[in-house]
Amino acid sequence: MEENKIKPAENIVIIGGSAGSLDIILKIVPGLQQINAAIIMVLHRKSSSDTILVDLLTVKTKLKVKEAEEKEMIVAGCIYIAPADYHLLIEKDCTFSLDVSEKINYSRPSIDVTFESASEVYGPHLTGILLSGANADGADGLGAIKQNNGICIAQDPSTAEVPYMPQYAIDHVAIDHILTAEQIKDYINNIV
Amino acid sequence: MLETQMVSDGEMELLISDILSIYGYDFTDYSKASLKRRLNRIYMLDKFPSFAEFRYRIKNDAAYFSRFVEEITVNVTEMFRDPSFYKTLKEEVLPVLATKPLIRIWHAGCSTGEEVYSMAIMLEEANLLQKSLLYATDLNPSVLERLKKGIFPLSQMKQYSENYILSGGRNEFSKYYRAKYDLAKFDENLQKKMIVSTHNLVSDRSFNEFQLILCRNVLIYFDKPLQDKALALFDESLENLGFLALGAKENLKFSPVARKYKQLANKEKIWRKTR
Ligand SMILES: C[S@@+](CC[C@H](N)C(=O)[O-])C[C@H]1O[C@@H](n2cnc3c(N)ncnc32)[C@H](O)[C@@H]1O
Repeated sequence: MEENKIKPAENIVIIGGSAGSLDIILKIVPGLQQINAAIIMVLHRKSSSDTILVDLLTVKTKLKVKEAEEKEMIVAGCIYIAPADYHLLIEKDCTFSLDVSEKINYSRPSIDVTFESASEVYGPHLTGILLSGANADGADGLGAIKQNNGICIAQDPSTAEVPYMPQYAIDHVAIDHILTAEQIKDYINNIV
Repeated sequence: MLETQMVSDGEMELLISDILSIYGYDFTDYSKASLKRRLNRIYMLDKFPSFAEFRYRIKNDAAYFSRFVEEITVNVTEMFRDPSFYKTLKEEVLPVLATKPLIRIWHAGCSTGEEVYSMAIMLEEANLLQKSLLYATDLNPSVLERLKKGIFPLSQMKQYSENYILSGGRNEFSKYYRAKYDLAKFDENLQKKMIVSTHNLVSDRSFNEFQLILCRNVLIYFDKPLQDKALALFDESLENLGFLALGAKENLKFSPVARKYKQLANKEKIWRKTR
């Protein structure tokens, strides 16, 4: 049976971004190699732009890029985009679930929600990366990742179009690494 | 605000089994990540000092339990949510329903009813409301009380009016409600054909045959086997050639009933029963 061969990803990287993050994502994604992790992107944006983002990234990488679907198993080497207007959660069996509950930090999807739910499942095998933005979303979630022994990365605020979001996280959480786009790319490529 | 690790997985299982044996609501097969988040949220909102007190209150205070159900189920809804979905209903489904002598529609998991009022407005504009019955059900009695009032926050009307226009509505949206302070009370004519009742998709049976069933943004809270069970219930409750509408991110494609259904050509989440 085909299905039995598919195994959930052992490591995941969740990238949270808001205003000004698309530019840096477009710097990171083309340099990614076949990696031993799944990448999940939770980005604040207008509800209608789902397929646009998937299309935009698809042409920049050999990795598979797709919208995260509910009940889908998370596999390595794939880039998942959280759909607009839903919170994205991770279940114990390494599948996604979606939720339309209230916005958090004025946002749905909220980066905190995905960071927090993933941190319980993936513990030390989770890296949370917070990029440019004008919002405090993501900081509490990084706190949860830290508490569960995962790794926290913030974009170097001096390289961010809107430094507020990574700076807010740096001020509130013991961030492991403060990195530029280039360094974030290298970090992901080196996950084993 | 650290929300994680307040109610543990084991404690969640305890609550689920308490609630099933005392109140008969079965949350066993719900998606756990979301349920746990909701449990932690109400635990924090209501400032319980310990899990033991939380559990005691749920078990022994029926009035509190009804608040609890309202908070752990997600009731967020909108009028004309996903306007392109409503546009498709209007252009492709209503003309088929129009040929029937009596139209029966079921809104399963309708929450506070914004979706049902949207449908009533569309039927009214197509001159079909007179011969329609809109069954509005949810497991939670408190949201249904709000549905019966037909009163929604005035602050939402700008968004709803935009959605309405994008869905192809051609009237002035404000003609459907009267504003009073910060509330909008919808036209009582829209309510006349609504039949409101509690119904739990986990434990209650099929109760009629419909030409259109809408169950949007409810299945995302169920695990796969429970989704399949609910879909079988809808299948049983749907006339041949009837329509089944799901939420924007829900899908029929991997369920056992899928082979009987064909999705409409434009990829909206509407399927037609073909046998
Ligand atoms: C997010 S709301 C969806 C409202 C509306 N259909 C929409 O899409 O905007 C989900 C609703 O499903 C209801 N629900 C959850 N479990 C249910 C069950 N087992 N049976 C019936 N309704 C249920 C909840 O009470 C809530 O009102």
